[in-house]
Amino acid sequence: MIKLKRMGQYVFLIITSLLSIFPLVWMAISATNKSADVVKGVMMPGTYLLKNLESLMNQQNVWKAMGNSFKYAIILTIVSLIICSLAGYGFEIYHDKGKDVVMNIILLAMMVPFAATMIPLFQMFSSANLLNTTMGFILPTISTPFLIMMFRQSARSFPHDIMEAARIDGLGELAIFFKMFMPTMRSTYAAAMTITFMNAWNSYLWPKVIMTDAESITMPMLVANLKAGYTTDYGVLMLAVLLCSIPTMIVFFVLQKSFAEGITGAVK
Amino acid sequence: MSKPKKMNLNQKQNLSGWFFLAPATAFIAMMSFFPMFKALILSFKTGIGTNMTWTGISNYVRMFQDAVFMQSLKNTFFYLIIQVPIMLILALILATMLNDRHLRCKGLFRTMIFLPCATSLVSYAIIFRSLFAVDGFVNTILIKLGFLNTGYNFLGHPMSARIIIIVALIWRWTGYNMVFYLSGLQNIEYSVYEAAKIDGASPFKIFTKITVPLLKPTILLTAIMSTNGTLQLFDESWNLTFGGPANASITMSHYIYNMSFKYVPNFGYAAAMSYLILILVAVLAFIQMKVGDKRD
Repeated sequence: MIKLKRMGQYVFLIITSLLSIFPLVWMAISATNKSADVVKGVMMPGTYLLKNLESLMNQQNVWKAMGNSFKYAIILTIVSLIICSLAGYGFEIYHDKGKDVVMNIILLAMMVPFAATMIPLFQMFSSANLLNTTMGFILPTISTPFLIMMFRQSARSFPHDIMEAARIDGLGELAIFFKMFMPTMRSTYAAAMTITFMNAWNSYLWPKVIMTDAESITMPMLVANLKAGYTTDYGVLMLAVLLCSIPTMIVFFVLQKSFAEGITGAVK
Repeated sequence: MSKPKKMNLNQKQNLSGWFFLAPATAFIAMMSFFPMFKALILSFKTGIGTNMTWTGISNYVRMFQDAVFMQSLKNTFFYLIIQVPIMLILALILATMLNDRHLRCKGLFRTMIFLPCATSLVSYAIIFRSLFAVDGFVNTILIKLGFLNTGYNFLGHPMSARIIIIVALIWRWTGYNMVFYLSGLQNIEYSVYEAAKIDGASPFKIFTKITVPLLKPTILLTAIMSTNGTLQLFDESWNLTFGGPANASITMSHYIYNMSFKYVPNFGYAAAMSYLILILVAVLAFIQMKVGDKRD
């Protein structure tokens, strides 16, 4: 009886896992096949990868879009991690009535849908000449309630006596943050980095609104532009999707372990 | 009788606290609250570009007579009511299974189920569009197996187009929510489960009497995040179904985008519609918190 139940558990997990990765496997295989074979349902890696790559390069400026995406996502991730961790730390370590009120107001911002701020932001940014700039890309999401909350939760486990000892040793408040908090909270930073980088890399609506110039487009925009053809070349399309997915997959695999630890610290 | 010039230690620390949180707070005020306030003003105006005039509540009245907007409202709620519960329950079941100490290959299962989250929204929308195209993989297989004679136009029929969006959403987000539950479960003492098992509690009883109540804060968090996300769906509608056929699967954000940037820009009307989303998000979050807070 127990064995049967265990079997059922494995079968369920195996089926779910396979369904989870199947579309991705199909995508990767299709990137190596020509469109006609993809349509036929061929499920074996083909020899068309380089041909697809060549044809993609001829249609779109992949390097430019790739470079833009990396530039926007990396800058946003670094700046946003510093600003939000400073705030989360500040809210928790120095908390008093006033700061708790401010924190609650910030949490309200979580409920503000992007559709509601998109138009005024577009107006503000176009009059400030921020269209097609990195600044324009990063400013709206540089500080998010989610990240602040995450760092605030994890700062709760930062031992107070270490801080007192550091103060007695003459370390300034900012030095304590950079020299003691940051290194001990590595897994929270890893989780925050994974989430922020992925969100930045994958964001679509905002870049679509402000990147009006073909030179400034991002990878997801490039992928979306491809579909606007007459007949779909599935091989080329899936190759573009693959190229767009590789960076986030790498980040995920590298940081996976600390990601799980960081989330655990944050939902406590 | 403290010295007026020198701050005491507490005051100094208090001040550095404000200094730490000032940049983040300023950005949120400027990038969320200020635009939100501007959108409110905009929603009472009408016109093109900078040439706007006051119009009272006419934008709000127009919304409820706009067939496309009402359709987008219906679609969004359809996605919300069907997709969010299925996804959260599935994520909870998977997390419970993966929390089992005696399970093998735990890490492998977790990685595979989470992997869809590493793909961008545009990418997975396009993968699903290709899979379910008339000449796509799913149709090819169904024809080969003899279930169909010619390809079924999944994205060309209103109901199947909506269902494909739901399937795609469940595929993309279940693993994400599962990670939150897994982390939550890690904070529950394993001995609680062992004790329940020894007392002869069935797995279903353990699930409903121990797991769910102890995970309540996490479940509440994921429910609010998912509701919020679903009310703001854009990429899937835009890239998977193009909102079609004939606006049958269009979401509110997609329609707002069309109103602002695709058609002749009508920022006033678009802002009014976006305020409805804001109100819906706030009301639903409030209800969820009330329900979540109930002690039983």
